[in-house]
Amino acid sequence: MSPREIFALRDHLGAELKGRNLSDAHHVVSLTDILSQTVLVGRLRELSGRAVLLKLSDQLRSGLAMIELDGIVRRMLLCPPDLDPAHLDALIADAGIDAVVTDEPDRWTATGVSLVVTAQLPLQSTAPAQTESATEWLMLTSGTSGVPKIVGHTLEALTGAIVAEGPAKGPAPVWATFYDIRRYGGLQIFLRAVLSGGSMVLSDPHEALADHVARLNARGVSHISGTPSHWRKLLMSGSAAQFAPGYVRLSGEIADQAVLDGLKAAFPNSSVGHAYASTEAGVGFAVNDGLEGFPANYLGNRNGVEMKVVDGSLRIRSTRTAHAYIGRNAAALTDGDGFVDSGDIVELRGDRYYFVGRRGGIINIGGLKVHPEEIEAAINRHPDVRMSRAKSRRSPITGGIVVADVILADGTDQARAKEIRDQILDQCRAQLASHKVPAVVRFVEALDVTPAGKLARTDA
Amino acid sequence: MSVRSKVIEAIQQIAREQHVTLPALSDDLSLHETGFDSLAFAILVARLEDETGVDPFTISEDAAFPATVGDFVRAYENVPA
Repeated sequence: MSPREIFALRDHLGAELKGRNLSDAHHVVSLTDILSQTVLVGRLRELSGRAVLLKLSDQLRSGLAMIELDGIVRRMLLCPPDLDPAHLDALIADAGIDAVVTDEPDRWTATGVSLVVTAQLPLQSTAPAQTESATEWLMLTSGTSGVPKIVGHTLEALTGAIVAEGPAKGPAPVWATFYDIRRYGGLQIFLRAVLSGGSMVLSDPHEALADHVARLNARGVSHISGTPSHWRKLLMSGSAAQFAPGYVRLSGEIADQAVLDGLKAAFPNSSVGHAYASTEAGVGFAVNDGLEGFPANYLGNRNGVEMKVVDGSLRIRSTRTAHAYIGRNAAALTDGDGFVDSGDIVELRGDRYYFVGRRGGIINIGGLKVHPEEIEAAINRHPDVRMSRAKSRRSPITGGIVVADVILADGTDQARAKEIRDQILDQCRAQLASHKVPAVVRFVEALDVTPAGKLARTDA
Repeated sequence: MSVRSKVIEAIQQIAREQHVTLPALSDDLSLHETGFDSLAFAILVARLEDETGVDPFTISEDAAFPATVGDFVRAYENVPA
């Protein structure tokens, strides 16, 4: 029996598919003949078998470097753009990094990393490389403080859900995402574009939303993903009217009924679906019936993904999960049975499970545990509300109370603010236990969203 | 609007929201007799802090929580501007 064949990204990028490209706000790079070109100035051979840190200022060169390095290097650690440079030394030590691919080589001259390779455009011609061995993909968790954890994946695990779905019907998709492709949610979309024979349009953090949408249109984007916070921002911007993607996907945060309905109304001819995935647990499932939560019969073993609920938290075991945390003091990634504890708390109502919040995000209200997401979902059901954030505030009477910051939908008459506030409070009282009803509702113009596209919860 | 009328208005607003039937709000009515529970008082103090900029019960470590409606109003009236 011959050894199992190893596939790398390059093996999905033959020249037989014409018209494929990867683009950002400044460049369009053809993927059709990408295998005979190099973003690493022809130095790929030097990186063979190395543990490589990928630290670039833009997604385009990052994506091109991933294509070139996969199947050649031993490890590849993807650094998201907001990584605190103070954490680099710890990450380099934990991942055993011995080479860096960067666009700022001067920054690395005085470091202990012996091999520094510069990634640059335009691409140069090179002889196509052959896949040598499976590369370990290392990603960072998007935690709020401290050194991020390093999560180890294989390409096979990362692409498990994509392969299981099979090839897309119809013309090759043009994918886009509001995420950065160096995070799990964005990488999923980049890999979908590469494996599906399609193209991809990258986001740019410096671009105005209206310009971004114009670019998505100009490039014919058919499939697009983002967090509920990304989508709420788009719905608020007024730019959605010019855009008509075929498939709209949400992941990374709880997709409540309000945002699903809002997207269905804004894109009446699109399929709108939400997916459950995390850097550690991989892609769990997609929900395409237009409803929040997921059917209870998703628990158990479904298409090779096993799920169970332990102490309210969703646990997942599948070949798509990460295989380990990497580093000197790395904790175990799975429980004794191989399940990843997601820390996402679910609640069974009728024949459906609903996400109520993160175990680590609980706020304490007078000694009672409250998930801010549950309160936000109740507030967001008001038709004039576009986005909200619930948090705790110190109280001299009860220790803590719930307060909510709310963004009203575009064009809401400010004179109605008091009436809307009363309606929101009535609605919350009808749906929530009394200690969860906000004591104070403030109307705000904007809410902070983290670089990972999630609502910022500084007090959580 | 005087501090007193702001306080009384906030009490009445919260009573409506919480479906509490208030007795007449005289100065010597004990807070217990208003029908407010601790959550309702917590809401009241938070809203008055937003409106007046002060929380007299947090500023002073040793301030006893007032016993009557009159004491409660005076706690806000006596805060130095």
